[in-house]
This record gives sequence, structure tokens and C-alpha cells, in this order.
Amino acid sequence: MPELRLTVNGDEHRLDAPIGTSLAHVLREELGLIGTKIACNEGHCGACTVQVDGVPVLSCITLAHTVDGDVTTIEGLRDHPLVEAFVRADAVQCGFCTPGQVVSAAALVAATPEPTTEEIRHAMAGNICRCGTYPKIEEAILHWRD
Amino acid sequence: MARLIRTEKEVEGNFEEVWLVVEEDPLQQWPAGPLDVVGRPAVRKDARERVRGEARFTADIRLPGMLHAAVLRSPYAHARVKSIDLAPALGLPGVHGAVGPGEAPGLEHEAGYSGAPVAAVAAETFGQARAALDAIAIEWELLEAVLDPEEAVERGAVHGEAERYERGDFERGVAEADVVVEGTYRTQVVLHNSMETHQSVCEWVGDRLDIYTSTQYVWGVRNEVARELGLAPDRVRVVCEYMGGGFGSKNSAGEYTFVAAELARRTGRPVRCALTRREENVAAGNRNATIQRLTAAARSDGTIVALGGDYVNALGWGGWSAGTEGPMKMLYACDNVRTVRHTAKINTPPMKAFRAPGFVEGTFGLECLIDQVARALDVDPLELRRKNYASSNDGTPFSSKNLRECYERAQKHWDRRDEVHARSDATWKRGVGMASQIWYGGGGPPSYAWTRVGSDGSIAVVTAMQDIGTGTRTAMAQIAAEEFGVPLERVEVMVGDTSRGPYATLSAGSSTTPSMGPAVRAAAADAKRQVLEIAAQRYDLEQRILDIRDGRIVSADGNLSVALDEFLEMLGNAQILGKGARGPNPTGMSVLTFGVHVVEAAVDVETGEVRVERVAAIHDVGRIINPLGAESQVEGGVIQGIGHTLSEARLMDQETGRILTTTLDAYRMPTIADVPEIVCEFIDEPDEHLTNLGSKGLGEPPIVPIAAAIANAIRDATGADVHELPISREELLRALREAKERRGAPAAV
Repeated sequence: MPELRLTVNGDEHRLDAPIGTSLAHVLREELGLIGTKIACNEGHCGACTVQVDGVPVLSCITLAHTVDGDVTTIEGLRDHPLVEAFVRADAVQCGFCTPGQVVSAAALVAATPEPTTEEIRHAMAGNICRCGTYPKIEEAILHWRD
Repeated sequence: MARLIRTEKEVEGNFEEVWLVVEEDPLQQWPAGPLDVVGRPAVRKDARERVRGEARFTADIRLPGMLHAAVLRSPYAHARVKSIDLAPALGLPGVHGAVGPGEAPGLEHEAGYSGAPVAAVAAETFGQARAALDAIAIEWELLEAVLDPEEAVERGAVHGEAERYERGDFERGVAEADVVVEGTYRTQVVLHNSMETHQSVCEWVGDRLDIYTSTQYVWGVRNEVARELGLAPDRVRVVCEYMGGGFGSKNSAGEYTFVAAELARRTGRPVRCALTRREENVAAGNRNATIQRLTAAARSDGTIVALGGDYVNALGWGGWSAGTEGPMKMLYACDNVRTVRHTAKINTPPMKAFRAPGFVEGTFGLECLIDQVARALDVDPLELRRKNYASSNDGTPFSSKNLRECYERAQKHWDRRDEVHARSDATWKRGVGMASQIWYGGGGPPSYAWTRVGSDGSIAVVTAMQDIGTGTRTAMAQIAAEEFGVPLERVEVMVGDTSRGPYATLSAGSSTTPSMGPAVRAAAADAKRQVLEIAAQRYDLEQRILDIRDGRIVSADGNLSVALDEFLEMLGNAQILGKGARGPNPTGMSVLTFGVHVVEAAVDVETGEVRVERVAAIHDVGRIINPLGAESQVEGGVIQGIGHTLSEARLMDQETGRILTTTLDAYRMPTIADVPEIVCEFIDEPDEHLTNLGSKGLGEPPIVPIAAAIANAIRDATGADVHELPISREELLRALREAKERRGAPAAV
């Protein structure tokens, strides 16, 4: 099996994984980083969002061997102020999509520290929340540094 | 004292007479309004672990040696397995076991819909299991499929007898009326699509079966599995600490649980069976389609004198027939009502309860029709609703009803109409619509809770329920903190395991807070009483002058004030245990929830695009425990309802019965970009007849009126009467053409 080298949340990993393995699978099954959720496994819902060099990426449709950059998962963002902002705003119901929401939001505020409502809606439209926490997510991102 | 009663129990609008052992509930209700903890916004107890990705869902359970199962499903809408050979699959790499039809509950020889489970394979990886399905040799005998619900009713392909209801004399009411309005309304199949798909991990430990499952009802799964597998109920342990959404679709065990249990038994290894998203869109339940032929008759003074409804629930191969006619029977004072509900058994995937089943669909038809009556009479739709206010439920008094107050509070939103209309232009027409909400949500016994007070002064609430994302842990903690007299952070709530705590209700039917809340309060009161008994002895004071406030034991005369943890320190490892049970519902009363939505919508009359711009949601669900969580519930219901109304539809090939929308790009749920301004108000008046809390449930009410309110806003904006959900562009352009013809202009759209 070809060697897979990944830097995840600052840690370097060398793994054996078959070509064709998704990044989400490697994160969850090989590295035990279960905060990254798989909800559709075909790139439609955003639950599996991670960052590669700060850019949001759908890890369920990203082949692990193609990743060329530093991966950040929710486990690497646990102390991000957005976490408390989501908690305060009640931007979580069942919570299955929430780690992906936080990862997307973290990429947004890194690039645009004071996003407008429009910018939030544009950046977050790929993260589906079936419980409908969207108004609270918007509020959490608007006030993430409070 | 335990009391044996015969009572009517309601779940999701279904009633049954049952024997119940209930305990007297001597606690008086708290005064209305915000208290120290209850009625004040609280951040979720479990928010942090969910947001940080630490919460362990069923999807995250990994047991040593665990195998993965894949399920073989029928490609045909109706067929029978003539022969099946699992052996070729068993010989493939990584495969450890296989089951065929008849070998596990849920796997049948007769497939009644495309997607029906027939066999399953367990392998080292899911990929191996799925690949092995292709090796199963199966010979099908094709059977005739009935896919059209009306054809099914005509041919007698139905689930049970038609459900008929009549009060007064419908024909006479129609004869006396000044206007009669008729309309046919259709609602579509919609899917729950919880973010976590249906799944279980099963492991046999000796002769005990441990089930980790994504469920709304750990006790229901325990009892169903025990019954089906012939096990003593306590040999089945069901665990669900965190779960990723259900919305009614996860109230039972499901074939995935039985497949995992049987394959685990055969292989001697833990087995995980998780539906893929595509399976979720086919075989995990749905809100069934309906056809509603409705009549409303009114006098010129606005009195509704007759309501009639001929309903078809297009149920699919299984499920249960929800009361689509419920709103017509209960929402308005009308002397003459006649309804009939047929339940078509067609070769489509089975129905499962979905957030206010029946009432979402029935309210769409009824509340659109009521607005057409208002137009025919040229009266204000809000005035028409006030005029026909029901003061009893067909003679049975309501335990509480504040719908009139909801209408009062709706007025200021309704009065925005001129301003909203004024923002119309040549292309975008804007209007305001409203609809009322009625639904159950009173909960009921049995439900139990224990409390455990340790020498550190912390209080644990232990009950074998589940928090499906509705904020249950938080609301229960608030109730216990309020009753016990401690700050919220001193209370932990332990749920999600049938082997760790007493029976608790299912998280469905808006029943969690009204069923569990009173039991938790009683359990906290029981523990508090014991603490005060001990304090009275320790300080040689009369117990009646002692109380616990803000974590301190205090005496009424002001002489004693000691921190609870300081006092309890002497207990060491001793614990104070409290228990509480849910008391009975009030007899001879209808316990229902009420509300009103006022929607502002914009319609592009050239393209048929609809944008919901503002929703005011006013709900009467008794006492509000956590205003923050309650607001989130309302927003979630409204947003899900907007999806049901404008974009969501499960499409099926009418020739083959195959489901066409199996992915989340095809089945379009709302995103953050689709969300309007949502204004949320609660009446927050405890139901004085209902339990020691006066709280009803809120999970379902907010999704009930939204579709009709949107349709009525479209009518207000354009004059177009939409009759179908979803309100697609085709449907809207059709309705616009029809409206134009009605006005006498040439149809040129």
C-alpha cells in the first residue's frame, strides 16, 4: 500500500491506506478523529467539512492521497471562540452537522473577521442542518468574538 | 400511594385505552412566569460536547472486532423471492455472515416496495459487505404493483376500513349557507433525512444483547427486540446517548437493528448496520402523500356552518394512518362536520410518523380553504378565524386554550399588510398570510425519574430517556434545579441507557417535556424533602420552616443559612435518593396546543419563484421551561416547514415505483440561505389542569401551520390559489393563470 502522509491539527501521520480512501474515512477510522461526521458520504451536506490550509473541504469526497496541505478538523478548533459562540447562541440541536458548521465558520471568520449576513449565508450554504439551527448559527457567527 | 387507573393515552394523535399505575402528584404548580431557573434562557447542558465534536453518536460507536453489514433491497415495487442463495456471498473475502428473507425480523420474502430489505451480509468492511451483496443469487417473481393511491382505494387496496366522522348534519349546513367553497388539495411525500442515518450496533454479551442505536425511544426498541427475539426484556440493553435527529422516523427498532442482532449472533462479533444516505431516502420512512377534497360552507355573517373532507392517505406498504382530518374536526366551532379518511395501501416505501403527522397535511388544506371562504365573503381572514373560535372540542372542554390571545398577538403582524403590499413591484408581488395551529402535545404517564444527591451537594437526575437534540437534558435540569433550589450548573442529567434508569417516554409526539418534566420535578421534590428532614434533625428545627434556596439550606426565621455542600459533606458516601412519577392527565378534558403563524412572502409572477421573507410564530404550549431552547424549536419547525412547502418532494418513477430522489442534491432541504426573519412569541401561561408543571410539548406545533400561511400569503400577494405541496414553480404559474382567468383576463402567462 502506498504510504500516506498527512498533517492533521499540527500532528504528522504516516499511514497505510489503499488508494481511493476518502479523507473522512482516514480521519475517523485510522486517526480516531470522530468529530468529523459523515452524513451523506457524497459531498452534498457539509457534515464532513474540514480545512486544508484553511480552506473548507468536503472530506468525504476528498481522496486522502490527494491532500497536499495541513488538515484542520473540529478537534483542532475546540478552543476556537466560535465554539463558545455556538454554545451561547444555542446554535446546536442534535449536533450531528455542528462540527462541520464550526469548521466552515472558522474558515469564514479567518478570511473575513467581520462577515455580513450575506457573506455568512454564502459561506455557510453548503452545510445542511436538518434541525434548522440556521438563525442561531448566523447569530453565533455575527457575534463570534463577543 | 400507587393508583391503578383506566385512561386514554395519546401518542402522535393516536388514542388507546390503557391500564396505568400512576402515583398521586401532590405538588402544586409554580406561579406563572419566569422563576429562578425555569422560564429563563439556559444554554444547553450538552452543547459544548456536541459543538466540539466530542459527543459520541451511534455513528461513532466502534467496538473491538466489529463487522459491518450491508442490506440487499428489492429493485422491484412488488415482487416475491422465489429462490435465494447466500453461499456465493459467504465465500467472498472478508465476509463472515449472511441472512436471508425470514431469518431476521424485517427481512421478508415478499417485497412490497422498491427498496424493501430482503437479505444482508456482514464483513470486515462495509465495502466488502456491499460488494458481497452482488454475489447473492436471487430469483424474483414479479407481482402487480399498485402505485396510484386513488386507484388503490377504488380497488380496495387499503389499510383497514375508512375512518368516518360526523357531527350535526353536513347536508343541512351546506343548504343553509350563503357561500360554499370547495377545493382539492394535495400534499407530497417528504422525507425526514435526519443527519445521522438510521443505524444500530449490536453485540451479544453472553445471552444479553447490547444495542447501540440512533433512536427516539430506547424503551420501545428494548421491548420490540425482546418480543421479536423471544428474550426477557432485561436481557436487552439499549443505549442512545446522543443521536443525530429523528423527527418521528426513529420510534421503532427497524430492520437494521434486527439485521445487526442476527448477524452478531451468527458471527459472534459485534455488527454495525447503518443505512447509507441513499437507503435513508428510500427505506427509512416518510410523511405520506395525501389527497384532500374539502368543502366549507358559511353564512354571510361569517359563521362557518358546514365543513366536509374526503381524505386519502397514500400510506405506502406500511406505517399507520394519521388523522389528516383532525384540524377540520377540532380547529373551528362548526356544528356540521363530516369527514372520511381512506388509507391507500400502495407499493411505495412505508410511512413513519413525521413531526405532527396528519395535521401538517390537514392544516394545509383546511387553512387554505378557510382563506378562500374569507375571500368569498369579503371578510378579514383573521376576523373569520376569531368569529368561528371553538370553545370546546366537540363538547369536551379544553384543559387550556389561549388561541384567542395568539390571535391578539398576531394582530400587529397582520397589520403590516399595507406596508408589505406597498413593497411590491411589477415582478415581485408581496403579501401576508396566516394560518392557525392545533395539535396534541399533552404527553402522559407513565414516565419516571430518579434523583441522586451526593455529599458534594450536586444533584443527578437519572432517567432512561434520550435527548434527540431537543434540549431535553437542559429542560429536565432546569426543572430539577428549580424544585430543589440549586443553580442549574449543580444538576447533571443522565439519560440514554435502559439499564441505567427507570422507564421514560419516547421523544416523539411533543411529549417529552409534558411527560418527563413532572416526573423529574417530583423526583427532585422527593430528594429535597429528605434533605430537609435530615437538616431538621441536625439543627433541631421544625422541618416546615426549612427550605433550600440558591444552594443553601435556610430557615424561615432567618437563623439558619448553610451551604448545601457544606451540610451534606457529613454524609460521606451516603446518598439521598429521590424518585418521581408522572401523574395522570386531567380526565374529561382535551389537552391540545395552539398557535398562529403570520407569513410575509414575495412572489415573482414571471418565474413562479416564492421567497418567504418573514414569519411571526405565536404559540400556546403552556409554561415555557427554556425560552432559548423553545425559540430554537420554533425556528427549526418553521424552517423544516418551509422546506416541506417550497422545495422538498420525494419523486418516484410512476411506472416502476423506483425512488428517483435518493441524494441530498435531488431532495432539496432548506439551507441557511433560505431562512426568513423569524419572530417567535409564546403565551407562556401554565395549563392549570395539566400536571405539576402546566407545560405542553413544542416539538411539533411550529411545523403545523406554516404551509397554509405561505399559501395564503401567496394568495394575498397575487390572487392565486395554490392547491399542491410543494408549491413548485409549475404549480404557482398554474395558479396564477387560473387566477387571471377568474378575473376575466385572457390567460397569457
